[in-house]
Amino acid sequence: MAEALLQIGGLSKRFGGIIASDAITLEVPRGELHAIIGPNGAGKTTLIAQLSGQLTSDAGRVRFAGEDITELPMYQRSILGLARSFQITSLFLEFTALDNVALAVQSHAGHSFRFWRNARYERELIEPARAALRRVGLEARADWCASALSHGEHRQLELAMALASSPRMLLLDEPMAGMGPEESARMVKLLRELKGELTILLIEHDMEAVFALADRITVLVYGRVIASGRPEEIRANQQVRDAYLGEQEVAA
Amino acid sequence: MKGVLTPRRVVTAAFVIGLALLPLYVSLTGDRFALTLFTRIIILALAAVSLNLILGYGGMMSFGHAAYLGIGGYAVGILAHEGIGSGFIQWPVALATSGLFALVIGALSLRTRGVYFIMITLAFAQMAYYIVAGLARYGGDDGLTIYKRSEFAGLINLSNKTQFYYLCLALLFAMLYLVWRIVNSRFGMVIQGARLNDTRMRAIGFPTYRYKLTCFVIAGMMGGLAGALIANHTDFVSPAMMFWTRSGDLIVMVVLGGMGSLFGPVFGAVALLVLEEVLSGVTEYWQIILGPLLLLVVLFARGGIDGLLRSLDARLGRG
Repeated sequence: MAEALLQIGGLSKRFGGIIASDAITLEVPRGELHAIIGPNGAGKTTLIAQLSGQLTSDAGRVRFAGEDITELPMYQRSILGLARSFQITSLFLEFTALDNVALAVQSHAGHSFRFWRNARYERELIEPARAALRRVGLEARADWCASALSHGEHRQLELAMALASSPRMLLLDEPMAGMGPEESARMVKLLRELKGELTILLIEHDMEAVFALADRITVLVYGRVIASGRPEEIRANQQVRDAYLGEQEVAA
Repeated sequence: MKGVLTPRRVVTAAFVIGLALLPLYVSLTGDRFALTLFTRIIILALAAVSLNLILGYGGMMSFGHAAYLGIGGYAVGILAHEGIGSGFIQWPVALATSGLFALVIGALSLRTRGVYFIMITLAFAQMAYYIVAGLARYGGDDGLTIYKRSEFAGLINLSNKTQFYYLCLALLFAMLYLVWRIVNSRFGMVIQGARLNDTRMRAIGFPTYRYKLTCFVIAGMMGGLAGALIANHTDFVSPAMMFWTRSGDLIVMVVLGGMGSLFGPVFGAVALLVLEEVLSGVTEYWQIILGPLLLLVVLFARGGIDGLLRSLDARLGRG
């Protein structure tokens, strides 16, 4: 069997007395969409931050595409093809939507010690950026200042930026948070399209979306993996129901 | 109709033309003082332009920018004192030493953020101040008189006030052009991105530290160039030119004119220094008038003078 694209082994993080992630072990094979669910404070975002390199881990290893990336800084993980979207929208608000995405393209187009040519006229940056905007349905907003876009559009722009860096894997932190039903539906459709091409680790509160999209689901509670398996296994798991799903009354 | 002649463009053009024609006015009126004043304004505008590159575009709140003026100035002064009068040696040395100083300060200070960054840049600049004040051989506290301006093998005579004025002006425009190219290049996009959201920049794959450090060094060298000009202008260098209040003046020029706008620092330098000149002629306590004026600009005109012109443009464009 081929080696999984992302392998996490015994990953831990403490904040003082609080254990945010407790020896998390899981694997995401190439091409799979793996969802992580869990109640608030379960350590989902901490895990994403550890995987993207924003937080250093206290113990455990992370392997990506056969390489040990545990010690790599954030930007090098991104260069390797591990792209992250943020739960709290994190954009360049004074730039246009196109500028935002073009920067993501630029980050993977060699070094940026280029001082003379106007970057906004460089076709090799602008065209892939436009393509990424088209992909997420934001083409018409290309020249809008990012601060003028709606919340849902910010989430789409986040995704466009992640896509523009031509990643091998996406780490998506609640891409549907705060979206209306229509926007959510569009995002689900988009993620379904991306599923075959990219490996995705998805954190999401929208259970309907998670069960519709995920190949596998891992349930985190207090930083610990309490279950991991195919959606129907998770739905049937009594421990998960007690800890989490029960309160949310997930429609079967 | 959205004309080409927006208020902002008209004012910018007026500044450029006015500065270019000033020597003509001087030769007609014989007002030699105006030439001296505006030479000084242009040199400080050049320093403000360099500060704007890191402060306005890069979001690096350096509180020690006058140090580069001092280092560039002392490079010229010390070499002149030691009998090396050629500008072809003095000026490259001025650029190299200020660039090196920026590299050291930047390498340490750019690892910190916010208030710490401000404090470290301030501390380094003050350190440079005390070191220079301790150079007994070069006048120490009293400063160092330069008996001969930089020589450029007869190409240009810096002792000729008009020629020197035009040299300063040409360098100011050259640096404005350079900054304009830089901020719109890939490098400039990284610098501006780092100002807006450094974490995100690193998340999408930019090692922002090395880009910011490079930017810091470029700005330091431009500051050193302004220092070499100042030394030639006043025929004198002293530790006072790198005291922290001088760094504060530069920040005021940038903020008053408009952070992160190309011509903003030029507007700011002209406005501040002309006001200073006019008000100090009226009263000894001119700072009592200048202070509240600056306060008003900061409170009501975000984006400074250039920001005001911009919003005027926008209002007329809609109307």
